[in-house]
Amino acid sequence: MEKHQLVCIVCPMGCHLEVTKENDEYNVTGNKCPRGKAYGMKELTNPTRVVTTTVKIKGGLLNRLSVKTKEAIPKEKMFECMKFIDSIEVKAPVSVGDIIVKDLLGTGVDLVAARSM
Amino acid sequence: MKYDIVVVGGGPAGLAAAIEAKKNGVDNILVIERDRELGGILQQCIHNGFGLHVFKEELTGPEYAEKFITELKNMGIEYKLDTMVLEIGEERVIHAINTVDGFMRIKAGAIILSMGCRERTRGAISIPGSRPAGVFTAGTAQRFVNMEGYMVGKRVVILGSGDIGLIMARRMTLEGAKVLAVAELMPFSGGLTRNIVQCLEDYHIPLYLSHTLMEIKGKDRVEGVVIAEVDKNRKPIPGTEKHYDCDTLLLSVGLIPENEISKNAGIALDPVTSGPIVNESMETSIEGVFACGNVVHVHDLVDFVTAESKRAGKNAAKYIKKEIKADAKTAKTKPGEGIRYIVPHMVRPENVDGTLDLFMRVDNVYKDMNMVVKIDGKEIKRMKKKHLAPGEMESVKIKKEDLGFKEDAVITVQLEKEGA
Repeated sequence: MEKHQLVCIVCPMGCHLEVTKENDEYNVTGNKCPRGKAYGMKELTNPTRVVTTTVKIKGGLLNRLSVKTKEAIPKEKMFECMKFIDSIEVKAPVSVGDIIVKDLLGTGVDLVAARSM
Repeated sequence: MKYDIVVVGGGPAGLAAAIEAKKNGVDNILVIERDRELGGILQQCIHNGFGLHVFKEELTGPEYAEKFITELKNMGIEYKLDTMVLEIGEERVIHAINTVDGFMRIKAGAIILSMGCRERTRGAISIPGSRPAGVFTAGTAQRFVNMEGYMVGKRVVILGSGDIGLIMARRMTLEGAKVLAVAELMPFSGGLTRNIVQCLEDYHIPLYLSHTLMEIKGKDRVEGVVIAEVDKNRKPIPGTEKHYDCDTLLLSVGLIPENEISKNAGIALDPVTSGPIVNESMETSIEGVFACGNVVHVHDLVDFVTAESKRAGKNAAKYIKKEIKADAKTAKTKPGEGIRYIVPHMVRPENVDGTLDLFMRVDNVYKDMNMVVKIDGKEIKRMKKKHLAPGEMESVKIKKEDLGFKEDAVITVQLEKEGA
């Protein structure tokens, strides 16, 4: 039996989780809500993160537009995505939620604007 | 100029307070913001995790801000940008200045202070040595990177483990910098546990607890830093020095409510929080002047700021409508064993709406404790707490009907060991 100690990062509560694996079955304890259970299992099978960053913007109030991946993407793809996002430049005006990149590097997740400018 | 309510500061606290005041029947409201846009520091906090309590979804800072800015604009609440409040004078006259209107005297029926807080700087923690470029507070670096589009460094050491420092450790790493270490003076982190996990452990950034900065090397630009372990008196232990070659030092060593205007106006401040002393309505020691958000005490979550600011906005509206009982009997709150401070500082039960919410911070890391609320020594509430830390704000809800007491009562909150 495998045992893992994790801290849940889904919300600021920061529950201390214990995830055990037995015959390919995961069991999560220490979570105060169902999201903690889902996180604990996912973290050991396919860890994902929402990436929040910025892209260049021309003609806006600021030099950078804040963007985020609409859903979480696989953790190991983060740096590859960051490198790609680095090459993007958009023009104002942009509205919050606008798609900046569709299907970011084949992850099936869109990169969207996180503010209007 | 004359307004029923003037809100000083257009960040999350000011926006929520103004919106709530309007919803409670006051139309003539002005929000004054010194920056070029509304939203405050949220605009540079592009990471997600905001709004889980208020909106039940995970938003980034700018998204959270935009929801409130849109609502404020749709409600037709007036605001002035690039405008600096200089002073609050007698009888709630606000002196403010900008390049369009020039100098203004604005008479307010009620004032809501929501100026937020500012970061402690190098000067505040007395780091000796020369002053090379490359030393930033974490928040300044955040604004440079996330809004202005300047990278602040390539090899970074972070002093202090406050949430902004942790968030910047991740942010700088994603942007291609190498974060060598985070050093924290205390034996525990000042930030949320989830941020230690998702900002440091995810990227294998070492966190050194009970460590401090000994030296900054370099004359024109930071060339390196030395950190060392400290003993329990926070004195560096010789021989534990670690040398880092880096070009940047970020400071995340605490936040202080920004109360220059409050001080000059003669508002009484709490030396522990550095914010105004407030009552259950979030009213300060000057009648008709309310305060909310990080200007009162530094919150961990903007969701809590929003809740508190709504209370301030609602009560400012009640004040305008003369619905607040000023001469009601009053109790004081007093932090007991293990508690550093309690907000609010004064409670008039007659003005409490449903429940009284007390907010506090503990003075150390504790496990398996009971948090006990007493009025004049009589226990009215007891809660089990598995884990308590100074970096995580605690709150207690007390029902209005449990607030029966005589004049000049004292409400205490204290920690007791489980089973004691």
